[in-house]
Amino acid sequence: MTVRTAELLMALMMGVFSIYLMVKSNELPIGWIEDEGPGGGAWPFWLSTVMLISCVGILFNWARKHGPIASSTRIYIQSHVLGDVAAVAAALIVTVGLFSIVGIYGSLPLFLIFYLRFMGKHSWRLTATLTILIPVVIFYFFEITLKIILPKGLTEPLFIPLYKIFF
Amino acid sequence: MLEILGLLGNGFLVVFEPLNLALIIGGCALGLFIGAMPGLGSVNGVAILLPLTFLVPPTGAIIFLAAIYYGAMYGGAISSIMLGIPGASTAVATTFDGRPLAKQGLADKALTGAAVASFVGGSISVVLFTFFAPPLAHIALVFGAPEEFALMMLAFATFVGLGGDDIFKTVFSIAIGLVLSAVGFDIISGEPRLVLWDITGFLHGVNFLVLAIGIYGIGEMLWTVEENALAGGKSMLSEATVTIARTMSNLRELVGIWKTMLMGSILGYFVGILPAAGATPGSLMAYGIAKQISKDPDKFGQGAIEGVCAPEAANNAASTGSMLPMLTLGIPGSPTTAILLGGMVIWGLEPGPRLFTDHSEFVWGLIASLYAANLFAVIINIAFIPVFIQILKTPFTILAPIIFILCLIGGYAPTQSMHDVWLMISFGIVGYLMRKLDYPLAPAVLAIVLGPLAEPAMRQSLIISDGSFMIFFERTYAGPIMITALLLLFLPLFKIGYDRIRKK
Repeated sequence: MTVRTAELLMALMMGVFSIYLMVKSNELPIGWIEDEGPGGGAWPFWLSTVMLISCVGILFNWARKHGPIASSTRIYIQSHVLGDVAAVAAALIVTVGLFSIVGIYGSLPLFLIFYLRFMGKHSWRLTATLTILIPVVIFYFFEITLKIILPKGLTEPLFIPLYKIFF
Repeated sequence: MLEILGLLGNGFLVVFEPLNLALIIGGCALGLFIGAMPGLGSVNGVAILLPLTFLVPPTGAIIFLAAIYYGAMYGGAISSIMLGIPGASTAVATTFDGRPLAKQGLADKALTGAAVASFVGGSISVVLFTFFAPPLAHIALVFGAPEEFALMMLAFATFVGLGGDDIFKTVFSIAIGLVLSAVGFDIISGEPRLVLWDITGFLHGVNFLVLAIGIYGIGEMLWTVEENALAGGKSMLSEATVTIARTMSNLRELVGIWKTMLMGSILGYFVGILPAAGATPGSLMAYGIAKQISKDPDKFGQGAIEGVCAPEAANNAASTGSMLPMLTLGIPGSPTTAILLGGMVIWGLEPGPRLFTDHSEFVWGLIASLYAANLFAVIINIAFIPVFIQILKTPFTILAPIIFILCLIGGYAPTQSMHDVWLMISFGIVGYLMRKLDYPLAPAVLAIVLGPLAEPAMRQSLIISDGSFMIFFERTYAGPIMITALLLLFLPLFKIGYDRIRKK
């Protein structure tokens, strides 16, 4: 896919999103209400309209090939790079998905092993050290010091003895 | 004058509390590190680390984040010189002469020059700040809703008029930021509003941090993953010889170019005050002027120390300058200060001129901390040059997962909702894809912070005027501000017209 095609798709997608936002804003009054001023939907409605107009402007520039992006024939994301970026993005999505199942202390180590060992090709020794060290630091800093309880999913019962020690 | 010095003195008392002092030193060191890493700048550091500051009181939190901001401005120069890759966009101009100097084996000269120039820029701008801020805040005390709205319009208009990006994309970015800030509840009627796809998570709104960490954390890192893959993981680290004798002679040489540093500092400060401009254009302009006023302009690009010092003085001065409108008017002067402003709201402080009277300790503690941060940053920087060079050798694949994890937890911590983490990842991926198409994203972050302040300001104004938009033009202060905003908004159109006439 070229940058030019990506530009078209993004503008179309954002245009549709703008229309959706306009419709959604319309659930609240968008006109003037006597003694109350502008209705609750007015502000987002008119701003979504501005978004839509901007998208039309971007499409207009695209049609007349105006500007470096609209006229670019370069590849949007080169294939050998796409693999890396997509792998990282997918790893993030899987990691967050696992938060509610195996908890962050189950999913973060998996993410670290993936990144350090398979993306970074670091030694097993370094991978293991960081995979153990980082979650411990996170537990100590966030849960004990800041008292922010992070999602644990199924592993919640395992932490009850730890809570008893620290809280 | 004396009153200001007295207040500043009180500020120093706040700074010298052990916790705050530790936060300044820690913040400077962390900022230097973040600034030195290619791809990460002050805005990324402040966005990713803001959730960590819930531990300390607001004054300590802002002091810590401001120290990171400052340190990052110093640190940006390190990778510009050593790797030839700007550590942050604000240090782009530093590569022009910093890299040639490093290639000639004079990396230490460039690094010392950058540190000293940063110190000069920081010091001059902090003094300017100290004496400009209180009078400005005093004037702003009479501002009502119409003036506030006009000021926000001016902030957005500078992005359109001076931002230099595609105008439609800039306007889109501002509008989407403002619409996202409207998600949740209508503040006046109390009814749910824009609950997208009827997902209940949107009822508590879109937190600005979710967008900021999404764009500046996740999105920026994906961008860096791509850059690294393109470069094939190779980087060219220069060698630097650092001895005390060489450092002393480098320092002596710098005395001769005080004029360049002074010019960069003052220019940077005033450019920094403008919301859209900030440190990056400020430093590029300073480089350009330094070249013009130099007796030997041909030396620029070949390794002129003035070419390192001018932009470095300017970018530090600009970072102080951008705090002026943030503290006095409640309008951020840069993406980083937009995030600081959002932080202030989280900590329960209402931004605006009343901060100076209602939270004097906070304001003056912050101002005094800038003096201290500046001093500590230059000391840490010069003393640990070899350490920072070592740090640049850390492979990206070790830092990247740590930063990603900080982003994920940082997105979760403020509201403790998984909805926000998913939203942050979506913003990160979409933001990355948009950035590749040259959509400017800083205006969106500014807009989501200002949105909750702009909407009530506009609605209240219209209620006062019974629906007439003329209220924004008729009042003493709002009028000129609004007209300036409109002029800036239409500036690109004038430019196009002018170019057409000239071509004929």
